[in-house]
Amino acid sequence: MSTTPAGIIGRPTPRIDGPLKTTGTAKYSADFHIEGMAYAVPVIASIASGKIRTLDTSAAEKMPGVLLVLHHGNIGPLYRTVPGDGDATNSEVRSAFEDDVVRHWGQYIALVVAETFEQATAAAAVVKADYEAEKPSVRESLDDYTGERKKGSHRGDFDKAFASAQVKVDQTYVTPIETHNPIEMHGSVAVWDREQLTMFETTQGVVNHRVVMAQTLGVPIENVRVVTRFLGSGFGGKLFPWPHCAMSAVAARKLGRPVKLSLTRKMMFSSVGYRPRTEQRIRLGASSDGKLVALSHDYLNNTSMLDDFDEGCAEATPYLYSVANLSVTSALVRRNLGAPMYMRGPGAVPGLYAMEAGMNELADELKMDPVKLRIVNDAEKDEDKNIPFSSRHYQECLEVGAKKFGWEKRTAGTGSMKRDGKILGWGMAGASWVATRLPCTAHVEFHSNGRVSVRSGTQDIGTGTYTTFAQVVHEKTGVPLDRIDVVLGDSSLPDGPMSGGSMVTGSVCDAIAKASTEAMKKMLALSTGIDGSPLKGAKAEELEFADGRIRKKDQAAGDPEFAEILKLARIDGLSAEGKTVPTWEDPQSKDKSLHSYGAQFVEVEWEPEIARLRVSRVVTVIDAGRIINPKAAANQIAGAVVMGVGMGLLEETVHDQRTGQPINGSMADYLMATCADSPDIDVTFLDHPDPVMGEYGARGVGEIGLAGVAAAITAAVHHATGMRVRELPVKIENLLGAKVLQA
Amino acid sequence: METFSYVKAPNVEKALASADGAKFIAGGTTLVDLMKLYVETPKTLVDINLLPLDKIEKLPDGGLRIGAMVRNSDLAWSEEVKKSYPVLSEALLSGASPQLRNMATTGGNLLQRTRCMYFREPSAGTPGGYGCNKRTPGTGCAAVDGFNRMHAVLGTSDKCIATHPSDMCVAMAALEAVIHVEGPKGKRTIAFADFHKLPGETPHIENALEAGELITHVDLPKPVEGAKSTYLKLRDRASYEFALASAAVVARVEGGHIRYIRVAMGGVGTKPWRSREAEAALMGKPANEAAFKAAAQAALAKAKPQKDNAFKVELAKRCLVRSLKTATATA
Repeated sequence: MSTTPAGIIGRPTPRIDGPLKTTGTAKYSADFHIEGMAYAVPVIASIASGKIRTLDTSAAEKMPGVLLVLHHGNIGPLYRTVPGDGDATNSEVRSAFEDDVVRHWGQYIALVVAETFEQATAAAAVVKADYEAEKPSVRESLDDYTGERKKGSHRGDFDKAFASAQVKVDQTYVTPIETHNPIEMHGSVAVWDREQLTMFETTQGVVNHRVVMAQTLGVPIENVRVVTRFLGSGFGGKLFPWPHCAMSAVAARKLGRPVKLSLTRKMMFSSVGYRPRTEQRIRLGASSDGKLVALSHDYLNNTSMLDDFDEGCAEATPYLYSVANLSVTSALVRRNLGAPMYMRGPGAVPGLYAMEAGMNELADELKMDPVKLRIVNDAEKDEDKNIPFSSRHYQECLEVGAKKFGWEKRTAGTGSMKRDGKILGWGMAGASWVATRLPCTAHVEFHSNGRVSVRSGTQDIGTGTYTTFAQVVHEKTGVPLDRIDVVLGDSSLPDGPMSGGSMVTGSVCDAIAKASTEAMKKMLALSTGIDGSPLKGAKAEELEFADGRIRKKDQAAGDPEFAEILKLARIDGLSAEGKTVPTWEDPQSKDKSLHSYGAQFVEVEWEPEIARLRVSRVVTVIDAGRIINPKAAANQIAGAVVMGVGMGLLEETVHDQRTGQPINGSMADYLMATCADSPDIDVTFLDHPDPVMGEYGARGVGEIGLAGVAAAITAAVHHATGMRVRELPVKIENLLGAKVLQA
Repeated sequence: METFSYVKAPNVEKALASADGAKFIAGGTTLVDLMKLYVETPKTLVDINLLPLDKIEKLPDGGLRIGAMVRNSDLAWSEEVKKSYPVLSEALLSGASPQLRNMATTGGNLLQRTRCMYFREPSAGTPGGYGCNKRTPGTGCAAVDGFNRMHAVLGTSDKCIATHPSDMCVAMAALEAVIHVEGPKGKRTIAFADFHKLPGETPHIENALEAGELITHVDLPKPVEGAKSTYLKLRDRASYEFALASAAVVARVEGGHIRYIRVAMGGVGTKPWRSREAEAALMGKPANEAAFKAAAQAALAKAKPQKDNAFKVELAKRCLVRSLKTATATA
């Protein structure tokens, strides 16, 4: 690969791990086959509420190849993680098989381990549970909630301002339970070597996972190592450990053999989180010229019986627009469902769907262009925390997006725009997502074989982190990309950030850059001091790195490779460490409001005669600081837009009201957008570096692409059909009432 | 999955000889899936993939003979099918995914089983199980009071409301295909309309095959001269999903009047739904919107929606009207 270091940051760069993936040689967690490995298959509860009266494992234990059946009665001690310990975030408060109470359909009640996967599967099918079943609380709507509501952000006097507002919107928006469906299902391979446990896991955070496993199993942290070389995505579902991880570790310890446990797709719908249902009342009050005077956001989300999971729908509410009077309240509603878990853009994505849908309705009430409404209400500072924004180009996103989309050609009337015998609907919405720089430690090492390695305990969840690491090292050292080895996904590496919240890129760059610079300094010092070095006696400040060579700044080529210096010094490798200062400790950033922004413009095609609606075109403009790798970043945004099509029109987990089972728990019945559903997508990055986000000013792009898409879709649907759908997803049956019946 | 024995049949005779208490397996796209769910528990599988039934041949009378082992992809892309029976090609290509179509066979698709979620779950009687008269006769129908958005509105009974899932069968119903079978009692033919059974009191009996009978091929009658045909499938997403409503239409228009018409619907019936009511409403009538709407009305007159699928009645009507427009449009 031939590139010049000077332009590598911001250059579209193919993934350095691409060939491993296209040839099937990248090892995902379930690809680790360890000598002597046994296979574990969970048995899940077929009721959603009650007690296990008896669990009959006798038939399973007699089946061929069965080694062990684990359950509440024999798993032995497992522990909960320490409440509030930020280094040990768990998914569920309850540990595996902790009691004999069933609180949701699909809860694990036993684990069968056998010589082969097929034997374990067959034996798991004959484990029989007898329950004292109770009627589960799985009512879909949360509007029966009558308890207290928690107060959130607050300023001014909302009630008074709303009461006297000239123009008002007061609507409730609903998002359904959505299930994370990464292509790679959760899995765990546990290997004990005496007291040392190695776990090949599907996790978005090896460092946190290690601490949780140590606490859960009650073993010293130094005895646990967690490895995730590659991850087939996670969307948040793999942020923190789930009970199956401890189950495989205990089984492996009891058997003295490695154990592999892979979840089925069906289990993915009940055992490893989901985005909870939200019901959000949005009230907007404005003056007749469109200036917001009052904004309230009152939301409910469901949670499980034991976990207090707050979706945080008002994440973006208090700062996105300028409004003097604001109020936020929230409450959690318990259901006999598994623990919810963060899904791409947690809080902000459902929250912005509601708020931006409300803004679109307000624009219609005002007979005002929705782009203009947003610009009129743009905020100059974070009015919630009363601090300045670090870098905010929301208005530019809106303006650039409108221009690229051709928004000025929009005619407002329902069904008024047509093309090729179809009605077109155009809609738009704004987007935002929080930015944070987490602590990160990275090591960079020059090796005598001419290669450079860089390592940190973060992971690449399929988004291009390997390549980001190599780009930074290449920029600093000039060593070509194909001589850079990136080592990630191992808790034995220096601590790196969790792959969540769009935080990895912004968090790792500083540490890698500093480690590279420090390692180069050491190399230069070595090159001037070693006998036989052509640079012996030179001053370090006269030297520079170029393409892996060290030369005097005023000279051209012909100077030694760093590997030659290492050989002369009889040193195998020379390394240095770099650390990222988190945003909350950095004086430049700690008193700033850090966010990314975006604008989504959506076109739908509507064929009223046959009620066929498809998203045909999306223009998305993203202000996420400096973009390190536009190729990988555009891939992220485009993927998020496709996910947004699913959120807007397709995705919804349905629970049978009698059993509490996610009854559409398969890839055939839970609808996600296919390639055929994917619109033309135009991704634009504003690429303004964030001055307080360290070395390059990057903020990360994992979630922002999904925010706002659903609200833009429902606006486009309304424009095309006249139907205002306030409960996602928009289904065919919601549109049959459309008045305009011919395109 | 229950343990089963496996036999590979080299020819039709051997296949028939092994058929007692066995299930034939061709592409396996339905059968293996249901075996993994314990819905199908055959003691023996007779693999018929070696059978020489994979040809598409012109018949002397101008019809087309399709071997039972012809894969959906091969049938859909056959030049003869594309030219003379476009409704069949379109129907096949609207179903499943390319990978599934490469495996699925003509005979197998005739026997495709419903995607009813409750049919695919453990039986009532086990904790959290669901009644399903199709899976386990006499256990009730969990879908009636369950999530039934995808279920049928035509041909249902209080014993079963499961939708027939096939697209291919809808086209074949409109083409009036004839199914050829061979069994212990010899060879016989079954008219397409008589092949699939309404659920009635016995939803577990889905077709007219008798024990040990093997589908050998399907004959399509000679293409109707001057007729046009079309298949339209409406669904939530653009690919890889069963129909909410679909329609297959074969029509010939002369002098603005409908002189030949065959109508079948998918996604709404408990079997591939030939609508003689729609055909009667259209025959001899002017090919116009009023006639199409009257036909759609007639086709859905007896529809009995469930709590989550009332929209299918209106959607099926629109699907039919649009398909009739397409099939009768002058070039």
